Amino acid sequence: MKVMDHAEKSKVFNGDEKRVDWHDETLWFIRKKRDVATHNIPEWEDLREAGSQIKNHSLSNLNHYLQQFETNAKANGIVIHWAKDGEEHNKIVLGLLQKHQITEMVKSKSMLTEECHLNDYLENNGVAVVDSDLGERIVQLAKEAPSHIVLPCIHKKKEEIGELFHEFLGTPEGSADPQLLTEAARQSLRNTFLTRRAALTGVNFAIAETGEFVVCTNEGNADMGAHLADIHIASMGIEKVIPLRKHLSIFLRLLTRSATGQPITTYSSHFATPAKGKELHIILVDNGRTKQLARPDFRNSLKCIRCAACFNTCPVYRRSGGHSYQSVIAGPIGSILMPNLDMKKHADLPFASSLCGSCSNVCPVKIDIHDQLYKWRQVIVKEGYANPAKTVAMKLMAKTLASPTLYKMAGKAARTTLKYAPFVVNNKFNAWYLHRDMPEVPKSSFGEWYNKNRKNND
Amino acid sequence: MTSREKILEAVQSSQPDLRELPNLDLFYKTYATVEQDRAKFIQTVQMIGAKAYEVNGYEEIIKRIKSDFEITGKRVVSAVRELDQIAQQYTATDNHELANVELMILPTHFAVAENGACWVDDELFEERLLLFIPQHLVFIVKKDQIVPNLHQAYRLIADKKYGYGAFVAGPSKTADIEQSLVLGAHGPRSLTVFML
Repeated sequence: MKVMDHAEKSKVFNGDEKRVDWHDETLWFIRKKRDVATHNIPEWEDLREAGSQIKNHSLSNLNHYLQQFETNAKANGIVIHWAKDGEEHNKIVLGLLQKHQITEMVKSKSMLTEECHLNDYLENNGVAVVDSDLGERIVQLAKEAPSHIVLPCIHKKKEEIGELFHEFLGTPEGSADPQLLTEAARQSLRNTFLTRRAALTGVNFAIAETGEFVVCTNEGNADMGAHLADIHIASMGIEKVIPLRKHLSIFLRLLTRSATGQPITTYSSHFATPAKGKELHIILVDNGRTKQLARPDFRNSLKCIRCAACFNTCPVYRRSGGHSYQSVIAGPIGSILMPNLDMKKHADLPFASSLCGSCSNVCPVKIDIHDQLYKWRQVIVKEGYANPAKTVAMKLMAKTLASPTLYKMAGKAARTTLKYAPFVVNNKFNAWYLHRDMPEVPKSSFGEWYNKNRKNND
Repeated sequence: MTSREKILEAVQSSQPDLRELPNLDLFYKTYATVEQDRAKFIQTVQMIGAKAYEVNGYEEIIKRIKSDFEITGKRVVSAVRELDQIAQQYTATDNHELANVELMILPTHFAVAENGACWVDDELFEERLLLFIPQHLVFIVKKDQIVPNLHQAYRLIADKKYGYGAFVAGPSKTADIEQSLVLGAHGPRSLTVFML
C-alpha cells in the first residue's frame, strides 16, 4: 500500500501554485502542437482507425506473430530470449553482461526496463548503468523516476537542472541555459558512448514478417550506444509485435505527431541483423501482459504505442504531476496499465481522472481509456481496494438513489444544508468534498419545478 | 516448462477471437505532383531544423560545402566517390576511430515529402555509425526520388533485404530541458540535404 495516494500527493504538488500553472501550460502547449500536426493530415481519423485495427488484429493473433517474429529474427542472426517477468528479464541482462565481463552499460529510453527496475538490479550486482536520453540522464542524476514517458524531466525547472549539472558535470554555477546544459551532457555522454561495450535499447515496433525491430529517438542516443557497443540488447514487451513492415507507415505517421507534434522522430532505426562481428539480443517480456490480454475489458490497453498524448491532454495529469501517480507509467494510460500489475498498490489511479474522455479522443490507436478507468473503479470497489470513507458514502448514496422517498428527502435536505450551513458539507471530514467544489444551490428540485410549471401550463 | 512455452501458452489462452486486418488502399492514393512533393519536402526539411539545396552537379555541392562549413584542417569523410576531392573514404574496421569526424557526406535512397526524412540502408554503406557520429551531416538525394508520404516510402522497401536501415529527418535534437529546442543532442548538430 502507498503511504500517500494520488490525491494526497497531488495536494503536495499543488502547494506551489505558480509551478502547477507552469506545468499545466507546458503540457498544454505540447497538446496544441499535436493538434496542429494532426489537423494537417486530412486522413488522420482513417490513420487512427487503421492503427487501432492493426493492433486489434495483432493482439488477436499474437501467439502466431510472436513465433513468426522469433523464427525470422533468429534467421537474421539475432539471439532471442523469453522472460516471464521483470526478475527473469533482469537476470538475462546480467547474465549476458557477466558472460562478456562487462561492468558498465549505456541504456536508451525503455519504459519496460523501468517497469522491471533493471537499473537498481544491475547496480546491486556491480554493473553501472548510464541513461543516455537527456531527460532520463537528468532524472537519473537527481535520483528520481521519470515523471512522463516521453518527456522524463518535464517536472524540472532549468535552474534545478543547472544545479545538478554544476554538481555532476562541472557546468558554471548558476547557469541554466538549455543550450549550454545540453552541450555539457553531449560532451559527457559522448565519452560514455565511446567507452561502453554493452548498450541496451527499448523497442517501438517489432515486425513478424521480417524479424526486425524499430527504435525511434530524436537525440540519436539509442544508435550511438548500439553501434559503438560490442553487444546490443533490446528489451521489448510481447505486445510490440505487428505483422508487416508496411504497417510501420501507419504507426510512424501516428506516433510522433501524437507525441510532440513533429512529423516523425529524427531517427527511425530498423535493426534487422547484428552488425559484422557484433551481438544482437532481444528479450521478449511478459510481466503481466498475458494477464491483461486475458481481461476482455482491459486488453485494449496493450495497443498503446507510448506516445503520451493522453498525458498531455489530461487535466488531472497536467495539474498533479507525474510523480503523484507513484507508478512507472503515469497519466491516463498508466492508470489502466498499473492496476493490472498490482491492483492493491495502484487502487488510487483509476480515480485520478475526471472521466472527461479527452484521453480517448487523442489516443492514436483508439484505446477506450476513460471507459477502462471507469471499469477499473468498479473492479477495485468490488475487490475491496477502494478508499473505505468513499465506499461508505457510495453505499449510502446507492440506497438513497434506489428509493424515491429517500431521494426527495435527501435532495431537499442537501439544498437547505448547502444554502444555510455549507460548512456541514464543505469540511475536511467529507472525503467527496476534499477533491471537488460543491455546486451552487438551485432554488428547487427539478421535480418541484416541474410540478409547479406543468400546473401553470395545463 | 520454459518461459517461452509458458508465455506462448498464456498468450494462446488469453488472446481474443481473430480480428481482421484493415484494408489500407486509401492511404496509397496521392494527388500531389512531383513538383509539389519537392516543394513540400524543402518546406518540411526547413521546418525540422535542416537545410535543403537544389543543385545540378557535384561541383555545385563541393562549392556549397566549402562556403557553408569550415573544413580546412578538419576531417571530412564521404561515401560518395564524386566528392573525393574534399573527403576521404571510410575504410577502417573499428568505428571508434570515427569520433573526430567533423563532416560526413552520405548518399541516400529516397526522401519523404511529408516528414523531411531520407531513407538510408546498408546497401549504400556498411558502417551504421556514419549517420550518427559526425558533428555535421550532409545527405545527397536524387531530385526524382522524393515520395509524398510514408506509405509510398514503405512501398519502395516492402520486400527489401537489409541488415540495418533508417529514416533520418533533420539534425539530432532534444527539448528535454523546459521544452527549449536544442539542435545537436548526441548526433549531428546540423543536416544539409542536396537534391541532385
